[in-house]
Amino acid sequence: MQKTTLHAEHRRLNAKMTDFHGWDMPLYYTSILEEHQAVRATAGIFDISHMGQARLSGEGALETLNELVISDVASVGEGRACYTMFLNEQGGILDDVIIYRLGRQDYLVIINCANRASDVAWMQAHQRGAVEIRDISEGRAILAIQGPIAAQLLEDILAFPVKALGRFDVVAIPSLGSMAWVARTGYTGSDGFEFFVPDAVAHRLWQQVLERGASCGIVPIGLGARDTLRLEAGLRLYGTDMDTTTTPFEADLGWTVAIHKPSFLGKASLVAQNTRGLSRRLVGFELVEGPIPRQGFSLFAQGRQVGAVTSGTFSPTLNKAIGMGYVELPFAPPSTMLQIMIRGKTYPVTVVKMPFWKAEALKHACTK
Amino acid sequence: MRVPSELRYTKTHEWILPDENEAMVGITVHAQEELRDVVYVELPAVGKSVKQGEPAAVVESVKAAFDIYAPISGTVVKVNSALASSPQLVNKDCYGEGWFFAIKPSEPQELNALMTSDQYTELTASETH
Repeated sequence: MQKTTLHAEHRRLNAKMTDFHGWDMPLYYTSILEEHQAVRATAGIFDISHMGQARLSGEGALETLNELVISDVASVGEGRACYTMFLNEQGGILDDVIIYRLGRQDYLVIINCANRASDVAWMQAHQRGAVEIRDISEGRAILAIQGPIAAQLLEDILAFPVKALGRFDVVAIPSLGSMAWVARTGYTGSDGFEFFVPDAVAHRLWQQVLERGASCGIVPIGLGARDTLRLEAGLRLYGTDMDTTTTPFEADLGWTVAIHKPSFLGKASLVAQNTRGLSRRLVGFELVEGPIPRQGFSLFAQGRQVGAVTSGTFSPTLNKAIGMGYVELPFAPPSTMLQIMIRGKTYPVTVVKMPFWKAEALKHACTK
Repeated sequence: MRVPSELRYTKTHEWILPDENEAMVGITVHAQEELRDVVYVELPAVGKSVKQGEPAAVVESVKAAFDIYAPISGTVVKVNSALASSPQLVNKDCYGEGWFFAIKPSEPQELNALMTSDQYTELTASETH
């Protein structure tokens, strides 16, 4: 199994480990519920170094990406980031990624661990101009520090004005080395930051955040809470909520599609689907009471199956079971009542608008 | 790890308090620690007959659902309805307020096949090593 540079730290903290696409990763350190609540109330630190880091530098970087992703890369300014996707010719989603524009023709692309090799090969196969496309993940790590007091804590530790960053801003931190960047992005719905740094920097930052943050309740967070956090925030998980059999429109991520861009891979299929109309769409739903919806459970209406669950969990913040799934289009509007079949019994579910949970204005700070 | 000596234990980590009318059933400290975050419990209906070793209830953690097996055969005479609104009682007090259901045994001799606290302690020690 593959290990991140912080693997020994997770072991030392007695984390319960899990196999995540071939990576031996922390599932939780103490409890998924406690870790979830820590991120919502104060902050937590995640080792997400299993995710891939690719860099495109040189003339043609913008043009290469603009042909491969569904968003308008030209509209992403230097020092800005963008959530977007790679599609195949049929409009199916190959991966969802965040691209960070580090310079005029210089991009960092963060890719899902399972797609690391294929995404890099895909970009190289579609290279335009003299751009150099490299997988730079080796010897590097990614840390996420997420939660309402993350900004204040990081300013104290780094003596760097991270609070000046807006959502989806990215900036180099020269004091951390030559290839160290921080962005105000994350996968939790709470305020927070992600650091793309060399291994040695990650070790230092991990220790500092846990030491300095301990009195404020900052704890390490495993993949278990990462999943409950992202679900509450209505964020899709690649490979679970979307894959090559779903399009961005079906995944209800149409806002990411720059359909008027002159060309991009998969555009013809998306335009055709847009004209034809959708037959199914991803929705969020909640249970008033009952068991936890899990992947593959069937959704019913009018006595027949109209969809299936892709993700589900117990929402610690809302104290109820929530989920996502694809349903036939007539059953997708919010407030639609459906049934879910769980272990031979049906329970009522209500389609709701996502996100399930949204952060309030961010002004909290650690006062200890 | 607490393993009360008055209880009997299964290999699947349930406990039962022997009684000829109302034998209470729950899960052990070892099981609740493995589950960690109990968020839902599905109990059998009162009056349901259960068979030794067959699923009688379901407990769900954040990550997954697990069957709870009947330690002995009999009829369910009581269930712990507090678990519907407070499933975390299973984590907080698995031998007390976190009990699942009670059985009126139909084959009391089945109890003899269950483990004593010493035997169960040995089993969990060998599983964790």
